[in-house]
Amino acid sequence: MAHAVSGTGRAGRLGSLLWRRPGLSLAGLVLPPVAWMGLIYIAALAVLFIAAFWSVDDFTGEIVRNWTFANFQEVATSPIYQKIALRTVAMAALVTLTDAILAFPMAYFMARIAGPRLRLALITAVVLPLWSSYLARVYAWRLILAHDGVLNWALRGLGLPGAEIGYTNTAMWIVFSYIWLPFMIMPVYAALERIPANYFEASQDLGGRGMRTFLKVVLPLSMPGLVAGSIFTFSLTLGDYITPVLVGGPGSDFIGNVVYANVGVANNIPFAAAYATVPLVLMAVYLWLARRVGAFDVM
Amino acid sequence: MKTYGMRAAMVAALSLSMALPAVAAPVKPNYPKAIGKGEGELNIVAWEGYAQDDWIKPFEKESGCHVNRKYAGSSDEMVALMRSGGGGQYDLVSASGDATLRLIYGGDVQPLDVKLIPAWKDFLPNLQSPPYNTLKGLHYGLSYEWGPNVLMWNADKIKEAPTSWSAIYDKTYAGKITVPDNPIQIADAALYLMKTKPALGITNPYELTQKQLDAAVVLLKEQRPLIKKYWALASDEIELFKNGDAVIGAAWPYQTNALKADKVNVMDTVPSEGATGWADSWMLSAKSKHVMCAYKFLNYVSSPKVQAQQAIYFGETPANPKACSEMDKIEAGSCEKYHLNAPASYYKQIHFWQTPLPTCTNGKRDCTSYGDWQKAWQRVKG
Repeated sequence: MAHAVSGTGRAGRLGSLLWRRPGLSLAGLVLPPVAWMGLIYIAALAVLFIAAFWSVDDFTGEIVRNWTFANFQEVATSPIYQKIALRTVAMAALVTLTDAILAFPMAYFMARIAGPRLRLALITAVVLPLWSSYLARVYAWRLILAHDGVLNWALRGLGLPGAEIGYTNTAMWIVFSYIWLPFMIMPVYAALERIPANYFEASQDLGGRGMRTFLKVVLPLSMPGLVAGSIFTFSLTLGDYITPVLVGGPGSDFIGNVVYANVGVANNIPFAAAYATVPLVLMAVYLWLARRVGAFDVM
Repeated sequence: MKTYGMRAAMVAALSLSMALPAVAAPVKPNYPKAIGKGEGELNIVAWEGYAQDDWIKPFEKESGCHVNRKYAGSSDEMVALMRSGGGGQYDLVSASGDATLRLIYGGDVQPLDVKLIPAWKDFLPNLQSPPYNTLKGLHYGLSYEWGPNVLMWNADKIKEAPTSWSAIYDKTYAGKITVPDNPIQIADAALYLMKTKPALGITNPYELTQKQLDAAVVLLKEQRPLIKKYWALASDEIELFKNGDAVIGAAWPYQTNALKADKVNVMDTVPSEGATGWADSWMLSAKSKHVMCAYKFLNYVSSPKVQAQQAIYFGETPANPKACSEMDKIEAGSCEKYHLNAPASYYKQIHFWQTPLPTCTNGKRDCTSYGDWQKAWQRVKG
């Protein structure tokens, strides 16, 4: 004890060295995460990018390490891969929009109207599904939407015609919107909660009615929260490949499915790598735009 | 000295990785002298329904080899799994004829010494050294079971039994059809075209010229709007039939058996056009760490009893004709049902899965490769 306090122990000496050289302690703190990022993340991406220039032997399926642009050429020119990329992006955008519309009133109620007890109960209810397995929730939807599923059973009970939405893109849209909704509610809630109450009073004092206050005060101030939430919903949908397999029908493949099929099934890793750069570029652009809107301030 | 050694090691490692064989070749034999004590563990890649507790548990007890099972949904996945992590993660694979040559020429599997597997001598003559698992007299695979891809339907919804594959290509059952999500499905379309459009000149559904492949793609694209779902796993198709989403589709007999066991009234048939099918072989990884357990397993699954159990569970035909009486013991009349009493003529009806190769059997290089098929399949699925 005495040694450590007087600074003569080994730990003490290290401590005083770091005190004398603040740069050193900063480097010590930052180096491990940077090394981790560099080695695990950046290096993996670099390897991925390099692999995209290789090709695969037609017969044995072995990787041929000759430089070629053929994979990128195919990604860029083949109509089917354009269609799949477009479908993925459109679905991600649609899901983001749906979740924003669904999440806003919910988050507003939680942040500004509900009392503390109800608020806690609601937050718990929003987050609770995330504690169960993603797969279990998607499978549950598959059973709900199936031909003889819960939905049609209820509809027929009410004397209505059954809805044939199982294994379609509509089913995918519903499931994605459901699964990623909490990721939109939470950041919007955080943004709304931060708006000082007196801004509302000020708006009213200046003659702003409900709609005007909403458009001029609430919406602009919650925009970073919406954008932060959209980063989650957009990127999570963009990268998903399990929901299309489980609840999608014919013509539901995503970028992720093509990548998966080429890695796990066709063993064409170079082509998969080339195609995987598409969402990477899309996400980079999206994040850059989100940063300009100030979305990272509320995350 | 130390740093020099380090650097030398690094350079050596680097040049070694650069010199990795760009062209793989079939592996040379490295037979064990005899089957000795097991290593206690065995990792296998198998089709769903190929490693049931009914026969795996007794094997584990008898041999002391604990069996770790990994199920694969397609031949492509099997090849990918046998290569994962540089190979050697799995010891045995139940590869079909469209994967075996890829594994052999990819250097992923090693020859087996059939002298150590006495039951091999009893196998059907055309399954002892078939061209898809035996190369220059070396047995890279041990034949296991074989059977057709069938047309399956829900007999409660479809009263009149279909007899042609046209049932899954015309509009009668639009939106209620399911077929496998697998590039080899192109061969099913080619087989149908072989009978319905002889002008295309298809003689072997696995050897298609670009023109013939395009015709198959056109047929499959017309079929797409009729499809409820392309199934990836056998369990997917079972669920589709159970929940009423599909009433007819291409299936394995395994699904028929599983659905019947679940009290779903399904039936299956080999339609008049014939059928594609599989002939499976067990193959040993070139980098297997559990060779003794693997040989024990190969002997075990070649025995008449296990061959019979497997055949009846999956709905297929064993390679070992001695399984006939065992089959009838489990289910009376099953030996005849699966044609083990007259296998030769039945064998001819089935067009067994092969790897599509750019070089046709006539030596011309105008056939389409499996890579072409995979891309075509993506175009079909959309």
